[in-house]
Amino acid sequence: MKLVDYFRVPGISSRSFKVWQRNKDVFMKDIKLNFLPPFLEPILYLIALGFGLGKFVESIDGIPYARFIAPALIAVSVMYASFFECSYSSYVRMYYQKTFDAIIATPLTIEDVIAGELLWGATRSVINATVMIPVIALFGLIDMKYSLLIILFALLGGLLFAAIGMCFTALTPNIMSLNYPVLLFITPMFLFSGTFFPLSALPLPIQYFAIAFLPLTHIVNVIRSLSFGILEFSLLFDIAWVLFVSVILLILSINLMKKKLIV
Amino acid sequence: MAKDLQKSFKDLTAVNSINFSIDEGEMFGFLGPNGAGKTTIMRMIQCVSPVTAGKLEVMGMDVNTQQREIKSFMGVVPQENNLDGDFTVYENLLVYSRYFDIPREEAEKRIEELLDFVHLQEKRDVMTESLSGGMKRRLVLARALINRPRLLILDEPTVGLDPQARHLIWEKLRGLKKQGVTIVLTSHYLDEVEKLCDRLVVMDYGRILVEGSPAGVIEEFIGSDIVEAENNPKLLECLEKKEASYEVIGDIVHIYADNARELSEYLLMECSLSKISARPATLEDVFLKLTGRRLRE
Ligand SMILES: Nc1ncnc2c1ncn2[C@@H]1O[C@H](COP(=O)(O)OP(=O)(O)OP(=O)(O)O)[C@@H](O)[C@H]1O
Ligand SMILES: [Mg+2]
Repeated sequence: MKLVDYFRVPGISSRSFKVWQRNKDVFMKDIKLNFLPPFLEPILYLIALGFGLGKFVESIDGIPYARFIAPALIAVSVMYASFFECSYSSYVRMYYQKTFDAIIATPLTIEDVIAGELLWGATRSVINATVMIPVIALFGLIDMKYSLLIILFALLGGLLFAAIGMCFTALTPNIMSLNYPVLLFITPMFLFSGTFFPLSALPLPIQYFAIAFLPLTHIVNVIRSLSFGILEFSLLFDIAWVLFVSVILLILSINLMKKKLIV
Repeated sequence: MAKDLQKSFKDLTAVNSINFSIDEGEMFGFLGPNGAGKTTIMRMIQCVSPVTAGKLEVMGMDVNTQQREIKSFMGVVPQENNLDGDFTVYENLLVYSRYFDIPREEAEKRIEELLDFVHLQEKRDVMTESLSGGMKRRLVLARALINRPRLLILDEPTVGLDPQARHLIWEKLRGLKKQGVTIVLTSHYLDEVEKLCDRLVVMDYGRILVEGSPAGVIEEFIGSDIVEAENNPKLLECLEKKEASYEVIGDIVHIYADNARELSEYLLMECSLSKISARPATLEDVFLKLTGRRLRE
């Protein structure tokens, strides 16, 4: 395959929805267990970091610490939900359960299957954001005015991290090696994307690096602004960045998976 | 159906320029030792593995361009089970029916019939991991029938089944054939192929060695019967003299014959043998003769 072929737009049909539906059905089987993390995690983080650590941190740019990190928790959850769904979980379905093999013997193509997986990964992000917003609102740490926009943006962010996860699934030689991107990419992002302290605390080159290469930076930016009830022009830059990178990586991830699975 | 079909993996040619044609409503078998290329051919017919060179048409449609149409008319039992481990038996069939756009009500009706057919009604709400190997195989077969296929691809369908289940599946396959379903199968159970298939090919190293009906192939390569005798030099000398066709396998000699009675009498009289036995030749004899007795790595 030539390099340009990796960026050719794949043919996807509405049948991808059947794959989405399959994953949703599995999710619904354990719905209580699946809803627990997005419900419980913000509570734990807010108590420990927001109110515990927050006692020692005065305020950031005039914002109480708990209020500062609350939107970052949503952003991080958006990242984790779709990244892990499309990396470890997709890998298990692909390699151990041979689910993809079974599905491509039907009128669905591999492109449909991967598109369905990506869409489902993004859906997990949306679910998490949707559950977390009211929980955080209970603490009075979010302006609900733009919460629908946050949920919509969680879909876009979810697609981005789904695509990132799927690229690693396609490239990894085995499931253990998926630990590398988690350790070298996801975890640093969790810490250095303006999540728990503002980006401006870091040296300038690192700030630029974060803005250029760490997708979470942009997700945090947008969700934080929206949850403060601020809708400003500069958000368009973040949204454009996420949109552009998402489209490229979604296409790339489908083509990489096709190359891996169709021999 | 296939013309100069070829398939290569990097530096390995798994299927080397083969030609075959399967008629509608026929039961067609692919035989060959491990690694001969049978599964590779099945996967190309299923449109899940691209053709390297040559032409392959299924039901008059090209596997490169009309994959969705072909797959919607086809049922597949793959060599390796790939049931959906996240679901129960019933859910497996239901979820699979959705991939074919079968309406829910119709699907439910078909699932009941199929569960009856493969005798898995009692296990309908069991997760697939807790099925026995044979039950899994039966469920895979049921799943392959959910879209009422016109073409059925079976890659070693009866592997791991008990004799009862195998007979049950044979019976059902004959029934499907009567309804006009075309069936393509691979199997290492040669008695099964001999009983079921109208025509077959024996292949090795990606090439087709012979093609024909089971009886025709046996007749052509072995004759109708085989006489087994204990190996001793005197016997071989005697056989040479008669210009008989034979094969030495360890301390047994297989002598191929068209008329076993005549040959046996000759051997008993002229070669002063005491212990011989005659039996009808089988497909297994052909298979071993053509592909050798050595194990494949
Ligand atoms: N994905 C693959 N990549 C590389 N080589 C492969 C691949 N699949 C099959 N092969 C090779 O192609 C050859 C034919 O394999 P195939 O699975 O078609 O054999 P088979 O006739 O089905 O054997 P068996 O009776 O053991 O099932 C083998 O040498 C195998 O190693
Ligand atoms: Mg095989």
